[in-house]
Amino acid sequence: MTTNTAAGHSEKKGDPKRHPVVASVRNLKKDFGEQKVLADISLDLHETENLVILGRSGTGKSVLIKCMVGLIRADAGEVTVLGYDVNTLTPEQLNEMRQQIGFSFQSSALYDSMTVRENLAFPLKRNLKIYDRKQQDEMINTALQDVGLENTAGKMPAELSGGMKKRIGIARTLILNPKIMLYDEPTAGLDPMTSTEINELILKVREKYKTSSIIITHDISCARQTSDRIIALVNGLNKAEATFGELEHTEDPDLAPFFKY
Amino acid sequence: MNFKPILLLCANVYRFARRIFKQAFHPPFEWREILSQCYAMGNRSLFLISFTNFLAGVVFTRQSRPSLASFGAESWLPSLVSQAVVRSLGPLITGLICAGKLGSNIGAELASMKVTEQIDAMEVSGTRPFSFLVVSRVAATTLMLPLLVVYADMVSLFGSYLTVHFMNNTSFRLYFNDVSGHITYLDIFSSLIKATFFGFAIGFVSSYAGYNSENGTIGVGKAANIAVVVSMVMIFVIDLLTLQFINLLR
Repeated sequence: MTTNTAAGHSEKKGDPKRHPVVASVRNLKKDFGEQKVLADISLDLHETENLVILGRSGTGKSVLIKCMVGLIRADAGEVTVLGYDVNTLTPEQLNEMRQQIGFSFQSSALYDSMTVRENLAFPLKRNLKIYDRKQQDEMINTALQDVGLENTAGKMPAELSGGMKKRIGIARTLILNPKIMLYDEPTAGLDPMTSTEINELILKVREKYKTSSIIITHDISCARQTSDRIIALVNGLNKAEATFGELEHTEDPDLAPFFKY
Repeated sequence: MNFKPILLLCANVYRFARRIFKQAFHPPFEWREILSQCYAMGNRSLFLISFTNFLAGVVFTRQSRPSLASFGAESWLPSLVSQAVVRSLGPLITGLICAGKLGSNIGAELASMKVTEQIDAMEVSGTRPFSFLVVSRVAATTLMLPLLVVYADMVSLFGSYLTVHFMNNTSFRLYFNDVSGHITYLDIFSSLIKATFFGFAIGFVSSYAGYNSENGTIGVGKAANIAVVVSMVMIFVIDLLTLQFINLLR
């Protein structure tokens, strides 16, 4: 529904909020010792929606999505992803759920002792039990083409730039055809042009793979380009929930500084 | 004194061990990764083990000879050396070398994977990293140490033979007849049992230190350090315990 004329990129059609909910978080709380990180967070992610979680560093954005995939156990609250109640899953069920979720790390988290090809082949062998090299190559080439890095299969992660690492990290998750994508600071540390390319990639991934995505960011241009809806986190609480256009002119002292840059 | 951290550590170590045993005997097994780790570990430590054990054989022979000569018991030299090497020196030197070489490697490798979120990335894609990274490494050290100890014993005895040969012009056949006549099956058994426990301890301690490391690059150094130091201490403790146990069987 939102039209991002400012970025001049995507015109998003249909209201994703009308689509079924694929993940929901209710009254999520998480403390690290004395530090309250998530005070009371609730959200719904709808099918094919791009939901941006916006907030300053240290407001618990990454903790939130790590709770959603069971990497961090919440102190209280409910997390339901693709029908799985994350807090009560057995390790096998958790693995089953995780195979349907793509997680793009802030640091890209490529396996640095493996080539790009091996990075992409790893989930194929481990999850899908595909050992046939020809079949692997076909799937790897498709994933690499989708992220625009066809000729990098033989390279080591150390030979890639920051933007390329992000793309390969995304390709590694796409190879398993995820239903939900979680992007943790996808444009952090990248120059504006590369950031724009990553933002376009996020939109392209949604188009091609019909994914629902949560995008964690403090980069306002990323939020502008990719979001259908934004949830702003302040002090571990949902401060606001609206489209970019609705938030853009906010006078809330906690949120307004974001939109001035 | 605050016992809470000690009790927490014990609980974590217990949970880690239980997870290893549970996944080690629960399919799917990590055969490929275990074999690849075995090859890498053997390959990585072979030169150092050959060098140190050869020198140990030479030095021990040269040091023991004058003492035995003063009693007119020089002919007992192969027997003394073989028992010392097989029962104690071979496993101990190999264990310590592997604790340094493999322990630091496993500790630092897993810790840096942890710090750079590579383990988390494996975890969230449902690829069972614990089994792939930890179980395979613990299995590989446990399987490889006995093989390396057998090899180390042979190298050490060869070093001893060369020393005796150059001093007394003793033949290879005579020397090894003497050696084999004084080594019992119990000696070999005790040596292999020790080596197996050494291997497990090195794999377990190093993986635990690496997999649970925190605090960025400082954590990587700390994990490598803990892996080496604790593995070495464990080797001496295991050596003492197995000695007590084997003495009961003699």
